[in-house]
Amino acid sequence: MFADHISETIKNGGEVQRVATRDGFGEGLLEAGKRDDQVVALCCDLTESTKTHLFANQFPERFVQIGVAEQNLASVGSGMAAMGKIPFITSYAMFSPGRNWEQIRTTIAYNNANVKIVGSHAGVSVGPDGATHQAIEDMAIMRAVPNMIVIAPCDVHEARKVTLAAAKHDGPIYFRLGRSGSPVVTTEETPFEIGKAQLMFTRDHAMERKVGIVSTGSLLHSSLMAAHELQMAGIGASVLHMATIKPLDTEALAAFAADHDALVTVEEHQVIGGLGSAVAEFLSETNPTKIARIGIQDQFGQSGEPDELIAHYGMDVPSIVAAGKRVLE
Amino acid sequence: MQYLTSTQIKSLERTANEIRQSIIEMLAEAGSGHTAGPLGMTDVFTLLYFALLKHDPANPNWADRDRLILSNGHICPVLYATMAHAGYFPVEELMTLRKFGTRLQGHPHREALPGIENSSGPLGSGLSQAVGMAIADRMDNPYTSKFFYCLTGDGELQEGQIWEAAMLAGKEKLHNLIVIVDRNGFQIDGYTQDVMPMEPLAEKWESFGFDVQEVDGHSMRALNDAIGKAQAVYSQPSVILAHTIGSKGVDVFERDFRWHGNPPGKGPEDRVPKSEQAKVALEKLRTLAGMIDKDTIS
Repeated sequence: MFADHISETIKNGGEVQRVATRDGFGEGLLEAGKRDDQVVALCCDLTESTKTHLFANQFPERFVQIGVAEQNLASVGSGMAAMGKIPFITSYAMFSPGRNWEQIRTTIAYNNANVKIVGSHAGVSVGPDGATHQAIEDMAIMRAVPNMIVIAPCDVHEARKVTLAAAKHDGPIYFRLGRSGSPVVTTEETPFEIGKAQLMFTRDHAMERKVGIVSTGSLLHSSLMAAHELQMAGIGASVLHMATIKPLDTEALAAFAADHDALVTVEEHQVIGGLGSAVAEFLSETNPTKIARIGIQDQFGQSGEPDELIAHYGMDVPSIVAAGKRVLE
Repeated sequence: MQYLTSTQIKSLERTANEIRQSIIEMLAEAGSGHTAGPLGMTDVFTLLYFALLKHDPANPNWADRDRLILSNGHICPVLYATMAHAGYFPVEELMTLRKFGTRLQGHPHREALPGIENSSGPLGSGLSQAVGMAIADRMDNPYTSKFFYCLTGDGELQEGQIWEAAMLAGKEKLHNLIVIVDRNGFQIDGYTQDVMPMEPLAEKWESFGFDVQEVDGHSMRALNDAIGKAQAVYSQPSVILAHTIGSKGVDVFERDFRWHGNPPGKGPEDRVPKSEQAKVALEKLRTLAGMIDKDTIS
């Protein structure tokens, strides 16, 4: 059963609207800028692609065009935060935090600087640009850094809320965005809180076998569809959406794991170091649970259309359904 | 520009000598750390903290203070020693350098010690932070009178990020930014000219939009004049190439790149045996290399 805060279209099985999460960021940043004049934005020659241009056009005096220099981007952001600004530093995830990891570690995280790192074009759903531009290790490298919060919003509405919440939170945050349209699963009213997981689909309690799907980012919709299919096949399935993968909502996760026979984690990211790792690390110490991890299996991406690539790398609905059945065996 | 009387200069030189002694003592006690850079930059630090910076050691977070952003964090013994002598914390605490639980981390940590503006160590990121601070300050105070002093090494200029930051500083015409380069001509592996030639260095900075000056990094008067002039440049950022002598003040250590990354007690032995290095260095400083009788000075 879908949670109340899921969009009616999804609940009724209507045609799903697809909007890129970066659009939600663009709107959220503009809104955050209107609410707080200390919010500033910095970008590396990708202003339109990252949707930072909405803010830059409205507040040119609070926008810094850094040019193609992501290492500088991170540390200039740190310097601005030291003077009381709330900088959003934006680029493609492959370049920030991809290229400038050490600058983020030393000048943002170690300083505990109030910088928001926004990585657009995350995942293989970047599509035709190919492997060089598909960030699929970004959450792993950010998750390993102390003081860092890591978030993967599921859709345009959540991306907007993450942006607003990030502006209000004092401390470093990384969040990733997608290039292509992500299914709109939530509504403007769906609550969002940093660090809180949300139950999005509850299993049919009459079914004997029960699998829990834990997802992050824009694969939430596929996870919901997979849960629905599993239930049609007589397997009780639930979906826990973990937009924040660090800090992990261990309370929600512990309860969720206890309520299911096995779990499937779903993320558009390497299975090494991301959500699947985080879930497995926690549960192996507290409640050893059988887990199947959906994600990129230690490979590089390639050119192709987003849906084609999601299917090829085993992250589509049939793959999640199959994993759900397999993990119960 | 602030004029320094000869009495003031004498007093600054005396303070610099005391700071150098602290550097030797703290490094010898720590048993690791860098010697050449800290001794070489002591005059610059002393002039800044004791004559030029707008700052308040009792209130290190004072919003209107000038900012000193140390980019080459490995020379932090001179930063710590100068801060202690300026009153930020007790001089005795210098002996905790690099020890477990210390506020004086092996490379500076902003969160550990009030008065430290930025964590540094990995080279090349300090200038970017200084540029970010200068841009942010100008957004709030277009007629700012604050200055952002960024101190870098010369080997450090081999980092690409330095030039990313320089490009942005030039583009933004950051008149409130003053970069001081410790041009001692060497780095861990040898002379910069051998490891990776830096020259023509002045022209490089000039082409990135900086006002460039070259000065004797040990002359309080020349440094004071150069910084005063840099403060008066309104249309562009400034860089001062401070020509320094590595390990300045201890003649038997001077100009030798092998002192870059070693403390007294672990340096090259061909001139002073390891066991004597700290003692000899302190004696050289107390007697100004034998020019004065140590018994006559208090």
